[in-house]
Parts: sequence; C-alpha cells; structure tokens
Amino acid sequence: MSRNARINALLLLAVAALAVLPLVLGLGDHKEEPFAGADAEAETAITEIEPDYEPWFSPLYEPPSGEIESALFALQAALGAGVLAYYFGLRRGRRQGEQRAVAAAEAAAAPRDTPEGD
Amino acid sequence: MVPVSQETGQGASSIHEVLERVCRVMHIAEGFLPPAHAIAWGVASAPFVVHGVRSLTREVREHPESTLLLGASGAFTFVLSALKLPSVTGSCSHPTGTGLGAILFRPPIMAVLGTITLLFQALLLAHGGLTTLGANVFSMAIVGPWAGYGVYRLLRRWDVPLMVTVFFGAFVADLSTYCVTSVQLALAFPDPSSGFLGALGKFGSIFAVTQIPLAVSEGLLTVIVMRLLVQSSKGELTRLGVLLTRSGERKQEAVAR
Repeated sequence: MSRNARINALLLLAVAALAVLPLVLGLGDHKEEPFAGADAEAETAITEIEPDYEPWFSPLYEPPSGEIESALFALQAALGAGVLAYYFGLRRGRRQGEQRAVAAAEAAAAPRDTPEGD
Repeated sequence: MVPVSQETGQGASSIHEVLERVCRVMHIAEGFLPPAHAIAWGVASAPFVVHGVRSLTREVREHPESTLLLGASGAFTFVLSALKLPSVTGSCSHPTGTGLGAILFRPPIMAVLGTITLLFQALLLAHGGLTTLGANVFSMAIVGPWAGYGVYRLLRRWDVPLMVTVFFGAFVADLSTYCVTSVQLALAFPDPSSGFLGALGKFGSIFAVTQIPLAVSEGLLTVIVMRLLVQSSKGELTRLGVLLTRSGERKQEAVAR
C-alpha cells in the first residue's frame, strides 16, 4: 500500500469511527427512540412550542413508508457515488491512456535510434 | 400531516427537550415556516441562485472541460446529504457536502448545486419542502458555502497547508448551515418566555454538540476527495487556483507587495 493510500484509508477509518462510536458507547440510550430520524419529531416539536400552529402546506409527494423513504435516500447516495466514481475512473483511464500513448510513441521512435536495431 | 397530529398528544416534558428535537432537523420541513417567513427567505435566496445560474453557465461556456468536475462536486453534495449519521447527542443528522464545490468553483455555483440537491429531497423524499425551500437554500446553499469559502481563503492567505484549509472550509460550511437553520427556527418560533435570543441560545447550544462530530466527518471526507483530486486532476485544480504553481505563487507574492 502506498503512503497516499494509507493516509486515505486512515482518514476513512476516522470517519467510520466518528459514526460508530456514538452507537457503541450507547449515547442514544437515554432517549425514548435513540438515533431517530429528525423530521417527524421536529414537526411535532414545533406544534408543541406553538400548539396553534398548523402546517399550511404538505409535501406534494410523501414516500408511503419508511422503507420506501430509505430506498429513495439510498438512490440519492447511489446517484452521487456513481457520478463520483465515473469521474475518478475516467480520470484514471485517461492518465493511463496518455502514459501508454507516450510509451508507444517512445517505443516506435527507439529502434531507429539504436545501432543494433534493423 | 398525520404523524404530527398523532404524536402531539404524547407531549414533551420540558422546553429543552422540545428544542432538542427541533434542532436535529437539517432542513426545515414542508409548511413549517409561517408564510411571511417562507416568502422572505425565498426573496433573500433568489438573487443568489440567479447569480449562481449565470456564473455556472459562464463557467461551462468558457471551460467546457470543467463540466465533469462540476458534476462531481454536485454528486459529492448528493452523497453527503443522503448520509444520516449518528452523533454524540444520541440523534441523527446529516452533513451538507457544500464545502468542496465552494472551494473548487466559488460559492455562487454552489448555490445552484445545493438548490438542485434540496429540490430533489423536497420533491422525492418529503425531506425539507417547497415552501421552506427558500430558507433551506439560504442556509445550505448560500451561507454554508460562503462561510466555508471565506475560512478557506483566510487560512490560505496565512500559508496554512492546503489540506488543513480544505478541512476547516468544509467544517465551517457544514456547521454554519446548522447555525443559520437555528436562527431561522428561532425567528419563526421564539421561546414563549425568553423570546428570540432565548430560543436561539438553546437551539445554538444543542446544535453545536450534535453537529460538530458530523462537521468533522464532513471535513475529513472532503479532504479525502480533495486528495484524490490532487492526484488525478492537477491541471484542473491549477486552473481553478486551488493548486498553486511555483510561478503562480511568485506572481501572488508580487501582487501582495
């Protein structure tokens, strides 16, 4: 593993640790619903601060269940990850193609320069 | 909204608990800003987005080769704002991913990319909303990118290493977004006894604790992507002024003098 890859892996590990530690340490245990999604509860909370408040507009489309919602969230992440992967893949391919083209050009030019070459 | 009417009956025991619940929201939910607030934030955001669309089209026209990197910046925002991560307060929230695009292409362009992400979430996921789009755009696509970009530029001027400036740029972009959201909520729903400042203080203090670890995660992820970009797209980063060539550095020094 190159030094670069090792640093990237360490950074990723730190991100994973930041996400996992709250779960492992049980930091959500004091809550009724630990690590809950925020939206619905926040809506409730506002209606509790201002009991008279009526949301005056509702979403045009609401995912029919939590499963569908997480599927759509996964779709969003997958779309983004796909485009990112395409970008880095394309860059890598182009770089390799350029290197290969340079190597081929050098190989084609080399035999004429060397005396033993036909 | 069925879930609201069902859950209101349970009631929260203290105002602190109530505020803690509100604070966890990233984007303000549909219909949960009074019409006047919704319109005001929409009016405040519109010029930034229009200006952003113009700089985006100019960038694409003048540098068609940057379209791919623009797509990648938007994609980074898509991924990060779909990642709901647990935090130390025992609740979940998600990063914004706006720091990277702001550093690469300047904040106006990020206003457009952030708005697209928010629209996607509002229309398909019922996360955020159309009536609160203006307020959410203002916090995530305008203030976040500008604050992050400002910190990034400031640190660069002090010759701080690139990756450190990128980390703090992304960190501040993430955290400032949540601060603005808390101001917006405190303005719309001031504390009955202590008013706007009281609500803001409570919102702010809880926000900071929940969001700081996530902002750190966002900073680290942005650094990873920037490291990959430095390896793969040196030419592009140099053109955008993120990587400085030797002569560029000298030129800058000359300008500074």
